[in-house]
Amino acid sequence: MPHRYAIRVLEAANCIILGKDRELRLALACLIARGHLLIEDLPGVGKTTLAHVIARLIGLHFQRIQFTSDLLPADIVGVSIFDRDTGSFRFHPGPIFSQLILADEINRATPKTQSALLEAMEERQVTADSETHPLPEPFFVIATQNPSHQIGTFPLPESQLDRFLLRIRLGYPDRSAERALLMGEDRRELLERQRAVIQPDDLLAMQQAAHAITVSERLVDYVQALLASTRHSPELAAGLSPRAGLGLIAAARAWALIDGRDHVLPEDIQTVFPHVAAHRLHTAGDGRSVTPEALSQLVRDVPVV
Amino acid sequence: MRDTRSPTPVQFGWLLAAVTATLAPHAIELPYWLIVLCASLIAIRSALLLRRGKPPRQLLILLVAVAAGIGVRFEFGHFFGKDPGVALLAVLLCLKLLESRTPRDLRAAVLLAYFLQLGLFFYNQTPSIAALALAGALLTTTTLQSLEDAAARPAAQLRTSAVLLAQGLPFMLVLFVLFPRVQGPLWGLPSDAYSGMTGLSDTMTPGSISQLGLSDAIAFRAEFSGAPPPPSQRYWRGPVLTRYDGRSWRPGFSTIAAAPRYKPSGRAYEYRLTLEAHNQPWLLALDFPAASIPKTRYAGDFRLLAEQPVRMRTRLDLRSYPATAVGKDEDAFVLAEARRLPADFNPRSRSLAKAITAGASDPAAILARTLERLRGIDLRYTLSPPLLGTHAVDEFLFDTRQGFCEHFASAFVFLMRAAGVPARVVTGYQGGEINPVDGSLVVRQSDAHAWAEVWLAGRGWVRVDPTALSAPARIESGLSAALQDWDALPLLRRPGMDWLRDLRHRWDALSNTWNQWVLGYNPDRQRDLLERIGFPQPDWRTLAMLLGVSATGLMLLLLAWAFAQRRRHDPLDVAWARFSRKLARHGAARLPWEGPLDYGRRLAMTFPESSEPLRTISEDYARLRYGAEPADPRSVRLLARSIRRLKLK
Repeated sequence: MPHRYAIRVLEAANCIILGKDRELRLALACLIARGHLLIEDLPGVGKTTLAHVIARLIGLHFQRIQFTSDLLPADIVGVSIFDRDTGSFRFHPGPIFSQLILADEINRATPKTQSALLEAMEERQVTADSETHPLPEPFFVIATQNPSHQIGTFPLPESQLDRFLLRIRLGYPDRSAERALLMGEDRRELLERQRAVIQPDDLLAMQQAAHAITVSERLVDYVQALLASTRHSPELAAGLSPRAGLGLIAAARAWALIDGRDHVLPEDIQTVFPHVAAHRLHTAGDGRSVTPEALSQLVRDVPVV
Repeated sequence: MRDTRSPTPVQFGWLLAAVTATLAPHAIELPYWLIVLCASLIAIRSALLLRRGKPPRQLLILLVAVAAGIGVRFEFGHFFGKDPGVALLAVLLCLKLLESRTPRDLRAAVLLAYFLQLGLFFYNQTPSIAALALAGALLTTTTLQSLEDAAARPAAQLRTSAVLLAQGLPFMLVLFVLFPRVQGPLWGLPSDAYSGMTGLSDTMTPGSISQLGLSDAIAFRAEFSGAPPPPSQRYWRGPVLTRYDGRSWRPGFSTIAAAPRYKPSGRAYEYRLTLEAHNQPWLLALDFPAASIPKTRYAGDFRLLAEQPVRMRTRLDLRSYPATAVGKDEDAFVLAEARRLPADFNPRSRSLAKAITAGASDPAAILARTLERLRGIDLRYTLSPPLLGTHAVDEFLFDTRQGFCEHFASAFVFLMRAAGVPARVVTGYQGGEINPVDGSLVVRQSDAHAWAEVWLAGRGWVRVDPTALSAPARIESGLSAALQDWDALPLLRRPGMDWLRDLRHRWDALSNTWNQWVLGYNPDRQRDLLERIGFPQPDWRTLAMLLGVSATGLMLLLLAWAFAQRRRHDPLDVAWARFSRKLARHGAARLPWEGPLDYGRRLAMTFPESSEPLRTISEDYARLRYGAEPADPRSVRLLARSIRRLKLK
């Protein structure tokens, strides 16, 4: 029962990360849709904890890579070292050879290093010294990014941002959740004690089940209308790409699976749309990121038929 | 672009069906050899279709065509006119079937088939022929439809073409009502336009009316505005026969005037007479028609005449006074003719007349005695009397003693004249049958009758029906009651066929309506109708204007309907839109961008009392609209029903 697995993960995660059910669902949906997740927020709101929780609940092999300005591509993908015994080079896999990677503060690394990660994310394999090394399965990257107006950052170029399926923000917890957080146990200890609630194979089953969820003709009509409206909007520099459209449907399928349905509804599309579109759309003229208000207005302009 | 794909079996199947349905009703008119030829050509094409064989060579088809052309030339003597034309077209259509290889050929055959359906009306315009032509047109249209939409299922093709024809119906009605009418048969050629009309002739040789007695065809109908007269007064006057040459009776001299020679009196009967075409001027009015009936004239022998021979079904509003006394001041010339007898015939009857007359001089007494005497002779009423020789009256009265009304009338008038009393034969129709379905009186050719008139000083012409002496039932109840040997009767006149008669009555009523409103829709009625809807003095410009306006209006209506159909085609959409409209009345219309579940949740919060059905409806809709299974019609109907029955608390 793939839907049950998702519920089990969410229930457990909600006990550790308080008051962030929607964000947890989106993160899980991203994982189920085989996409990668971008979390953009201030330090200290629980980005790392979120990645940790997911890795632990599903039993994924977890690696955290702290991105800094002096991080090199080889520090991520690995390096070939001459082996004196065999008389040849031997590949030493880097931290990217894990099932779940937290790429922390990705915008603090140089573009060269950033692109090494992003290429691996896209191709799900690493090529070093004309040798191809497949990455493990499942493979999920959660990258965090400080808001780019902070000092000492290299903002990710648009083409790279497109490789993240969803972008979420965690934001401050609400008052009651924060109170529970402050009064309760240390999250780190909680996390240490937490056992996996599903296995990596169960995640694969969820991914396959999500792929089989029905997308009706009418729904495709709606998605196309939505894509068209981003392309025709005078306020946007450019519309959503077909890849974004595919991502929209994949994320909506995963969302429908978590919701326990075998078909996608316009509501699913509307839920994931701001997270699919936010990091891909820019306003015409000043090139700023599109605001959440503008995104919800886009949705309101397209009738559900 | 020329379409060279070969037609599919389904397309050919439709065409074969269309051609068969088109030609089958033509079989009544076509020569036998042609029917056999057409049937075998259709059969060959069907066999080729079933076995996927190759069509025969072009040369063979050409030879058959030439042979058929020669055959038609021999059959009809010429190529012109409707009969050879239709025959040639029928053969060519069947040959076209064999020759067809491309959709273009099929289209040509379709055109021919349409034309031949039109050709059915050259012969006959009854409702049954119209229905057959319509069936042919439906199949032919289906052939066209199958050429356009080869992928559709045959049933869907048939349905589409039926819908197309139905859409054409309003246009047909508008054209029928408003198109300028042309009087007379458009396609008539003088030689054959009026042949085949049956009815009384203006000569009577005993034996001629009994031919009519075998025919069930309708002579005329009468719709009385009140109760119809009793059967004994239903004498519809046709030719009055005064001249007698010993064998045949012919009409005598008669004046023709614009007014009748009598003063109508007694009880009046008003009725509408619908006369079938019989190519003669007399109108077969009930004795004796009132004065000043438009477009008619009055004969000296009391017939009502039309200005022209009746070549089309004609309607007249008439009034008759059966009790009127006529002919008190008859011309001496007419009376002299009514006494004349050729000398050399029927000696035995002459001596019988003398014996009757002996000792009496008063014509009324002679009449009474003659009737008495005739009643004494055992004469038998039959439809199939033996043939008579030179002295027909003698043989009838003394030897064979079997006869039909014309024998009785003829013999009686002979006896009266032999006794010196002016007398003459009147032919026409007697009786008729009330159709219980529409109450009209139907008079058939089998009701044709001959009776006599005797002139008595002071009383004028008095009707005497000698047939009533031997077969009173003929007058009171009609032909079948008077006859003992039913075999000679037309099927419908035989007793014990009540169900068939009932069916016949219904059919007659239908045909009558058809005749009155479809075939009888002539320029006069068109003018009446237009005046009634408010177009006084309509001329062709008014008609053209009305035609244009109503055709355009109809077209716009159809277009609007088609658009509405397209938008509302999906019943699920219709139901969902209805749901939103219903809630809009409570101020909770669906927002355009709102998905079904969001809407349902919002409604459940707005109307907490009805949250359960509101949620169920929106969830059902979401599942049916976006679900994995295509929405099955039953669930859609159930959803539509629960939306209809939804009541907000």
